[in-house]
Amino acid sequence: MSIHAAATHASSSPFGIGSKKFGMWLFIVSDALTFATLLVCYAYVRMANAESWPVPFAFSPSVLFSTGMTLVLLSSSLTMVFGVHAMQHGDRGRAVRWILLTMMGGAAFVVLHLTEWRHLISQGMTPAANPWGSPVFGAAFFGITGLHMLHVTIGVVYLGITAAGVGRGRFTEEDVEASGLYWHFVDLVWMFVFPLLYLMSVKP
Amino acid sequence: MAAGDLAATGRDYGSREPVVAAPPPGFVRRWIFSTDHKVIGKQYYFLALFAAFLGMALSLLMRWHLIDPDRKIAWLEKLWPEGAAGGIMTPELYLSLMTMHGTIMVFFVLTTVPQSGFGNYFLPLQIGADDMAFPRLNMASFWTTFVSFLVLIAAFVVPGGAPLGGWTAYPPLSGVGAIAGPGMGLGMDLWIVSIALFCIASLMGAINFVATLVDLRAPSLGLMQLPLTCWGWFTTAMISLLAFAVLLPGGVLLLMDRNLGTSFFLPAGLVVSDRALQHSGGSPILWQHLFWFFGHPEVYIAILPGMGFVSTILSTFARKPIFGYRAMVYAMVAIAALGFLVWGHHMFVSGMNPYSAIAFSLITMTVGVPSAIKTFNWVGTLWGGKLWITTPSLFALGFVSLFVSGGITGILLGQPAMDMYFHDTYFVVGHFHLIMGVAAVFAMFAGTYYWFPKMFGRMMNETLGKAHFLVTFLGVYAIFVPMHIAGIVGNPRRYPDFKEFEFLADLKFLHTMMTHAAMSTAAIQLVFLFNLFWSMYRGSVAPANPWHATTREWSSDEYE
Repeated sequence: MSIHAAATHASSSPFGIGSKKFGMWLFIVSDALTFATLLVCYAYVRMANAESWPVPFAFSPSVLFSTGMTLVLLSSSLTMVFGVHAMQHGDRGRAVRWILLTMMGGAAFVVLHLTEWRHLISQGMTPAANPWGSPVFGAAFFGITGLHMLHVTIGVVYLGITAAGVGRGRFTEEDVEASGLYWHFVDLVWMFVFPLLYLMSVKP
Repeated sequence: MAAGDLAATGRDYGSREPVVAAPPPGFVRRWIFSTDHKVIGKQYYFLALFAAFLGMALSLLMRWHLIDPDRKIAWLEKLWPEGAAGGIMTPELYLSLMTMHGTIMVFFVLTTVPQSGFGNYFLPLQIGADDMAFPRLNMASFWTTFVSFLVLIAAFVVPGGAPLGGWTAYPPLSGVGAIAGPGMGLGMDLWIVSIALFCIASLMGAINFVATLVDLRAPSLGLMQLPLTCWGWFTTAMISLLAFAVLLPGGVLLLMDRNLGTSFFLPAGLVVSDRALQHSGGSPILWQHLFWFFGHPEVYIAILPGMGFVSTILSTFARKPIFGYRAMVYAMVAIAALGFLVWGHHMFVSGMNPYSAIAFSLITMTVGVPSAIKTFNWVGTLWGGKLWITTPSLFALGFVSLFVSGGITGILLGQPAMDMYFHDTYFVVGHFHLIMGVAAVFAMFAGTYYWFPKMFGRMMNETLGKAHFLVTFLGVYAIFVPMHIAGIVGNPRRYPDFKEFEFLADLKFLHTMMTHAAMSTAAIQLVFLFNLFWSMYRGSVAPANPWHATTREWSSDEYE
């Protein structure tokens, strides 16, 4: 009988890391490769179209605005750290409040991002064309930021589920940590997207 | 006592009651939306079994067409009123059959059975876990795979039919829509959606396999004590985790090119079917990089679990421990890692810097080293053993034979100078069918005959099994060795008709022979099918450990 008894799919393991957290790490490895693929594609098409590649973003307001978005997103990582910290100290009420604040940061980022998208679309930029140069610029921009925005949106919903689970006492510290890993990863991806897509597209 | 405490105390686990949970009540929860790894493993197995026979039927249609392209087949027109008007198969229909054959076989058979089918069933049993790490995620993987299969099959019935692009779906023709031919409209979209869903399902499966293997092993079971089957599933899961993560965004970008007017893979100045297209700035080569960065590791996804099965089966039936266990593990890891560095050898003729080609070629040759280590260790396992000839051991031996035969031609194709000549000929078709297709299928047969007693509690018929092995073994060589000869002559692949080529006229006999060999090999698979289902209900009742094996699944009392 002994062979069954050794392990269950409870969260503890003989190797010191819970399955949920480890599973999230594996997802992050895989998802990092997905974003890396898109960034490699971006580099490829940008180099292939070096002469016609547009650099249309003015420092003000475009870069200032996107820097604001970056600040909002990074701050939400900080509030998430406080949320995990509160959970580690068993303070469920404070953990829920920090997670809700994180969600607000994420939602604000999405709203700001969509505002920026609307602004660019009103200037004539679409996935298929733009007024400044190679049409692949718009495709790469909307493709990469779109996938990232999808991740942030899913993250807000995921954090909502986590907050509800924590509030009702059903979720453990590991659940909060796993959602924190996801959230920090999404922020980290933005730290690649922001310089490569925005700062490298600033008007000289 | 919580499981964590047990784990912390190490070897105390024997005192706990076994956690063989009673199956959930109700047919639906038990057999359809089940979270039990054994049920899910069987669901994968039977889905793939259906896919395998469908894929085989498509290949027979192609072979039957090739020996006489003008033949009228009345019922063909009923199935494909446009593709076979008047009962004569059009080149477009031939290409769509080829595309669907390749896609079904690669994704829904070779990727599905060894890893998701047998892996789900036996990984937890072999490492002493109750189930996979995430049972509900496991169920979601299967049903996503199932939906992905339905979406693919739907391509047959939509207007225009199935796509023509082959399993590689090279742009620009796969990226421009219906003007590229019948099936390149909605059919191609469905194909891409199906593959994207399959990627998601495989990624969920891969996360589950790795987490299970790392986290849920019995406390005393070290990584270097795992059966080699577990190492096969482990390395395959790692490859899946990285490779499908690249194909998924590639597929999404291709969908964007088709439906949002973007130009990732479409260059300027394209004229398709007399229409000038507005795309500009993209590169079809970019797709080839993305596809083969996935595609080459994919062939190892098909073969690595099989290497694990064969190691365990040969060792069991030679009545000896596996020869060179550590070397076998390192070789598997090396094959998995090198697999990510050789994608360029599929693109030698795509226009590549010769220095890059040399680098890709050298790394490709290097894969031969761990492969040879594995082969010699299998021979070493047999050496001095007391070989017990049964159907599983025969199929395992057949795997080694096919692995060597198919692998040697890989050395030829891995060299740019020779690949320039062999590229897109039947030589390539013969090569990859032997090593990726049939070798992996032999591992599946070996696994089926070997584990059937555990999965269904009965024995499969040995006489039918041995006949199945003999005919299949001779048959696949009779099909695929002549393909190498046809390739050396210069016979291009993916052509529905060779009448126009005078220099290929002498190959008619060879093609006729290959088709007849294919028919015979397919016929004996019906014997396998009969044996499988007959033995499920009428086979002799199996003892707990019929092959006197030493791995843990045989001492588990879990059945489903």
